[in-house]
Amino acid sequence: MARLIDRVGSVDGGLLRADFPVLDRPREGPRLVYLDSASSSQKPRAVLETMDAYYESSYANVHRGLYSIAEESDRLFAEARTKVGRFIGAPVPGREVVFTKNATESLNLVAQAWGRHHLREGDAILLTEMEHHSNLVPWFILAEQLGLELRYLSVDDHGQLALDDLERLADGVKLIGVTLMSNVLGTINPLGPIVEAARANGAIVVGDGSQYVPHVPTDVTALGCDFLAFTGHKMLGPTGIGVLWGREELLDATPPFLGGGSMIRDVRLDGYEPNELPWKFEAGTPPIAEAIGLGAAVDYLQALGMDAVRGHEIDLTAYALDTLTRRHGDAIVIHGPREPCRQGGLLSITYKDVHPHDLSQVLDQAGVCVRAGHHCAKPLMRRLGVSGTARASLYVYNDESDVDALAEALTQAEALFF
Amino acid sequence: MAGLEDLYREIILDHYRNPRNRGELPSPPARRVEGFNPLCGDEIVVYLDVDGGTIADVKVTGQGCSISQSSASMMSTVVKGRSIDEARAVIRAFKGLMSVHEARLDSGDGDGNGAAPADGTEPGVALGDLAALQGVVKFPVRIKCATLSWNALAQGLDEQGLDEPSPA
Repeated sequence: MARLIDRVGSVDGGLLRADFPVLDRPREGPRLVYLDSASSSQKPRAVLETMDAYYESSYANVHRGLYSIAEESDRLFAEARTKVGRFIGAPVPGREVVFTKNATESLNLVAQAWGRHHLREGDAILLTEMEHHSNLVPWFILAEQLGLELRYLSVDDHGQLALDDLERLADGVKLIGVTLMSNVLGTINPLGPIVEAARANGAIVVGDGSQYVPHVPTDVTALGCDFLAFTGHKMLGPTGIGVLWGREELLDATPPFLGGGSMIRDVRLDGYEPNELPWKFEAGTPPIAEAIGLGAAVDYLQALGMDAVRGHEIDLTAYALDTLTRRHGDAIVIHGPREPCRQGGLLSITYKDVHPHDLSQVLDQAGVCVRAGHHCAKPLMRRLGVSGTARASLYVYNDESDVDALAEALTQAEALFF
Repeated sequence: MAGLEDLYREIILDHYRNPRNRGELPSPPARRVEGFNPLCGDEIVVYLDVDGGTIADVKVTGQGCSISQSSASMMSTVVKGRSIDEARAVIRAFKGLMSVHEARLDSGDGDGNGAAPADGTEPGVALGDLAALQGVVKFPVRIKCATLSWNALAQGLDEQGLDEPSPA
């Protein structure tokens, strides 16, 4: 649940824009209005410079070297892990934070390593109708392998999970997989009752934090989930680095996922012994510079203050809901809660019957970047009864002028198609 | 930068708002072919009634963006009543209009070094309204939208050819 916060700082998106070189790129026509951060965020100069500096001054492989720059690499890599762990309130950052390629790999890790070892034919797992494909398909694959029963919490007309069905659907399940924030509706799901239902059934809770962690102050202990997956590139970090946080005892009880170097303590011709956490789950040379870049992104967000980031997005979401509704009235449908304090800063819209791709194309002419399509959530699209939406998503570098540019560009769609 | 007027020509919007040959044909006997773009979710279903080497009737259903739907509508008006060979020539001409790269790579097309004429013309092929889609090449991401129904048509004709080899 989003916290209603006292402002402890403020974020001025217009000022911060100067930290993000791509937003100032020279281009024909109007300035770039980037409203696609839910897909991937832009990177501040601090992250780019940290990664460059690492490659230019300290780069070497981790875990093995006995020379100075290799030791520096080890230290920087370990520091990045600690930063990321503290950012989400991990009780044991040095052991509970596993670096992966992205959130998708993190979720596949849970399915294939924890799931395959702990689940049996006939076991049930509960997911929701609003999951991203990355928190559906890994479970489909596992269900085919093991013969699992899949159940789903549905989504009501206000874009909220139908929690009235939770007790019934959770009965006897071994695992509940749920997004903390819908990548389509922005809905922030209340984890409390879900964790409670899981506990009552001895089930674990796997949270998809891809949209939540970059935008909302996160404390895994307070959330109560057992695993949390998220990705670096949506939180000002580089691509190629994802995170799986897991409770230490659960990770200890989970066999390895990928096999190879680094993840072993010993290898003989008749077997192997897995390494300690977290290296047990990090086979091969890891994304070192990317992890260090993610650490720099975490520094940047913490300097702003995550309460301030969340406050900024609540304000800007309120402004966007108000502006779009006021200017476009009945022509526009905004899917989701439409309650700034109960959702993230993303707005999935349909504009009359203009196809989202056409809408996105028209907006692009005004420099406005939005995502169009099914957002990797086709079951939710079917539930909403649309083939796709155009999604505008907000982050620290956005301000009212970006929302105004979106609202203005939509009038061009009106002029063109009607 | 290419302007929107290059993409959304009036004739395209007209076909989008008032699609021609919209509907279904009983299948069988009509051949039913689906075109699907998993990336964007555009869907096209083409129904072909081929009689004695001629496309006697064609119908289209589906949903998607203005480019995919208008292109399908235009396609239906151009190939209806044509022979299979003529329809194939139109497909080649249209693909040439959409993407010279594809024509270059496709050495089997028998058109020498491949690059179709800039206006997409192919001897004996009148593109008519289709020429309005030329602006799509300035928006490379949308080429797949424009060619979706044409690929379905080509697949249908290929399947037809397998079932009923044309007389020698």
